[in-house]
Amino acid sequence: MGVLGLESVVAEARTVFESGKTRSFEWRKSQLEALLRLLQEKEDEMCKVLKQDLGKHRVEAYRDEVGALKKTLDNALLNLKKWMSPEPVSLPLIAFPTVAEIVSEPLGVVLVFSSWNFPLGIALEPLIGAIASGNAAVLKPSELAPATSALLASEVPKYLDFEAIKVIQGGPQVAEQLLELKWDKIFFTGSARVGRIVMTAAAKHLTPVTLELGGKCPAIFDSLKSARDKKVAVERLAGGKWGSCLGQACIGIDYLLVEEKYAATLVELLKGVIKKFFSNSEHLARIVNKQHFQRLCDLLQDRSVAASIVHGGSVNPEKLFIEPTILLDPPLDAEIMTEEIFGPLLPIITLKKIEDSVEFIRARPKPLVIYGFTNDEKLRKRIVEETSSGCILFNDALIQYVCDTIPFGGVGQSGFGQYHGKFSFDNFSNRKPVARRSFILELSFRYPPWNAKKFQLIRHICRFDYFSFVLCLLGLKRHNYRSSVEVW
Amino acid sequence: MALITGKKCGDEEMGALGLESEVAEARTAFDSGKTKGFEWRKSQLKALLRLLQEKEDDMLKVLKEDLGKHRVEAFRDEVGAVAKSVDNALLNLKKWMAPEKLSLPLAAIPTVAEIVPEPLGVVLVISSWNFPIGLSLEPLIGAIAAGNAAVLKPSELAPATSEFLADAVPKYLDCEAIKVIQGGPQVAEQLLELKWDKIFFTGSARVGRIVMTAAAKHLTPVTLELGGKCPAIFDSLKSSRDKKVAVGRVAGAKWGSCLGQACIGVDYLLVNDEYAPTLIELLKGVIKEFFSNSEHLARIVNKHHFQRLCNILQDELVAASVVHGGSVNAEELFIEPTILLNPPLDKEIMTEEIFGPLLPIITLKKIEDSIEFIRARPKPLVIYAFTHDEKFKRRIVEDTSSGCVIFNDTLIQYVCDTIPFGGVGQSGFGQYHGKFSFDNFSNRKPVGRRSFLIEFSFRYPPWNEKKLQLLRHIYRFDYIGFVLCFLGLKRYSYRS
Repeated sequence: MGVLGLESVVAEARTVFESGKTRSFEWRKSQLEALLRLLQEKEDEMCKVLKQDLGKHRVEAYRDEVGALKKTLDNALLNLKKWMSPEPVSLPLIAFPTVAEIVSEPLGVVLVFSSWNFPLGIALEPLIGAIASGNAAVLKPSELAPATSALLASEVPKYLDFEAIKVIQGGPQVAEQLLELKWDKIFFTGSARVGRIVMTAAAKHLTPVTLELGGKCPAIFDSLKSARDKKVAVERLAGGKWGSCLGQACIGIDYLLVEEKYAATLVELLKGVIKKFFSNSEHLARIVNKQHFQRLCDLLQDRSVAASIVHGGSVNPEKLFIEPTILLDPPLDAEIMTEEIFGPLLPIITLKKIEDSVEFIRARPKPLVIYGFTNDEKLRKRIVEETSSGCILFNDALIQYVCDTIPFGGVGQSGFGQYHGKFSFDNFSNRKPVARRSFILELSFRYPPWNAKKFQLIRHICRFDYFSFVLCLLGLKRHNYRSSVEVW
Repeated sequence: MALITGKKCGDEEMGALGLESEVAEARTAFDSGKTKGFEWRKSQLKALLRLLQEKEDDMLKVLKEDLGKHRVEAFRDEVGAVAKSVDNALLNLKKWMAPEKLSLPLAAIPTVAEIVPEPLGVVLVISSWNFPIGLSLEPLIGAIAAGNAAVLKPSELAPATSEFLADAVPKYLDCEAIKVIQGGPQVAEQLLELKWDKIFFTGSARVGRIVMTAAAKHLTPVTLELGGKCPAIFDSLKSSRDKKVAVGRVAGAKWGSCLGQACIGVDYLLVNDEYAPTLIELLKGVIKEFFSNSEHLARIVNKHHFQRLCNILQDELVAASVVHGGSVNAEELFIEPTILLNPPLDKEIMTEEIFGPLLPIITLKKIEDSIEFIRARPKPLVIYAFTHDEKFKRRIVEDTSSGCVIFNDTLIQYVCDTIPFGGVGQSGFGQYHGKFSFDNFSNRKPVGRRSFLIEFSFRYPPWNEKKLQLLRHIYRFDYIGFVLCFLGLKRYSYRS
């Protein structure tokens, strides 16, 4: 598609939205049901392209993307009517007999940019929200997951209302062209660098944006008494680092913080779990492309970084595979500790005491999530109160992604705006208050000509002092002159 | 030439470096954690209330000076309204700060999750000149209630008020955490270069774009409270009392609040052809009743805007459509309440936000055409509609888009703390007032607490058909199927 072709595609979505068709409950329901059918009927193809683009095992692909999406759709279909219905607003007595409610309406034509690591999930989760809230939508999947992008471009128009829901393939150039156009909302998942470009472009049209960015998500590993707790915790850690797209996940564990004296134990436990879970590399994903593979290899080239490897480290350029790798205290100023890793390298940073992890995290940009493996209520409290992040999860990893009632989003450098479940619906809605007033009661003191009595009545109303208000209205209360000179 | 002045707890003039160090001080204060405590927030809000009470006369005076507002209007729209908001915030602060429980699916048992609101950090509030106290302090209340440090840059176009805020706020509030920085576009630009955790802007779309572009560099979330042409649809009302009250409300919203220089003021009216003459007569009557004494009306903020409005009236066709008023007083920066009947739709008076006391009345064949008329134009901050027709009301709600819809009244949404206040499309994004202010300046952070007790080993590789099946059941919340499969009592349904 050339620029003109692109513009006309988007214009078609605009025309369809203006026709009002996407607003009805029936349309939204039909689209969500169609999406569910797509996921059911094309499950094999989807798992195939995820294998092709990212080497994901079909079960991982199902767990993280296809199955998760079905779950989300079921939830949206179950709740759609409720989400669409107005919410009553309570009003103060003085407003009697006003009735007010918040009516959710679609924003219009929205643009969704998705990233390459969960190319299905991160494309369709926002789309579900956009559709549920009655918008027309244009989706630009990441070109770095080309097989998935092609599948979406091919199948979505077959199942969904292709006049209202568009998939436009392409790279940065196409993205730029799309960003020139006027949107009612832009939803972006990706890097901070591109996030800035998106927001700058959006500013020209005053378009609201949601930016789902990344960051270095730390996992704090406190000492756990019970051996079983340790076992489960380490398994959750390992799953949270390598089990999901080989570490290329925005909410994946980037690095660990542990007390010096437990580091050795932790490393041994991790090695055990790596063996248990990931012996067969077919059950792990792959690095998305040569560029990122090289980037990760380069991280390991640094001599002092390489020296800190305590497990793994071997790479396979043909397969774009890097085995689960553990590093113990790589230098904090090396890129592996200053940039988001987005790969299967797990630095373990040791601290004198585990409470120091709070300071460590505070000194760095706010991440999408902080994981804390601890049963120490005091430490937990400190983590919640003294750090800032998009989310905090104690004693597990990643599960916030699949809970529809947990808002998903970042803060600071990890972005802004939340979605999933009803939060997705609200993200793409204009929550419009509608108030219905009556002519029965008129407060004439609202208007000039002004006098001291009106002033007093307004004063009482502003303090919700209904009693004094009534007395004053009835002339039974003296005016409190606030200053000695009142000029009317 | 922009005047760059500012008052620290001491009294210093600021350059760019001074500005940076002021903001750095606010950052230090925030990082110390002091603004997060309930006590601090409460003390600041109480101090604000004291300021509003003790300095009321001064406030009314500067509002008179900057905008010619009568003291009662100034109290009603700004001083009193802000006091009401502070009361509301103090009353609800504990509740707002409390975590909100989240319900989770059965599969997550025994997880507990809640949303914990936390401050964003150091926020920047840029306010506009038409309600220079209200639009400065309303957002500030939210920022403080949510536990942030804040820097306020009041509009330089309301200089007396700006000066007042710069002087009084540091005396009452914690001057390390809450700053007032005076200045014009140059100072605003310098402030926008710095890194903020949130920027709250009230003003024009043109400057809104500049603010958002600057914010993008630091990935700073913004709220933009912009303007627009807010229409009032005037349907036929049977009862003469209803008509009277309705017209009073329209007049109040057009001229009674800052002489029409209000983002939620009535910009223009839409009325049925045959009804227009009646409406005009009623309006004239109300203008006489309310606004005979021009001392009870505000003034145009400055020469530039005064000239802008005069220029609008210069146009021949526009001037020809004036049916009431039209006289201007350059010395007093006063323009009397003016009504125009069907000025041309392609003139500035109908293409740009008027922000002044000129009221175009656009007539339509039938009142339902007002919907199409409004849809063809940028989304406004609010749509007012005076009608009893339920079908029509429904169409207005469903077929138009705006920040708000009010039936049979005007302006009152501004003072209701439970009604979210904000725009959509060209009128902006982000909402505030009441708890919406608190949320606006908060990071609503979910905190989940999982147990080690129950572990789903099917979450992890090595993969096999059974694990896939268990995942399938869990995702469909098919707990029975899940248990059966788990116990090996259910055959795998192979999908391929």
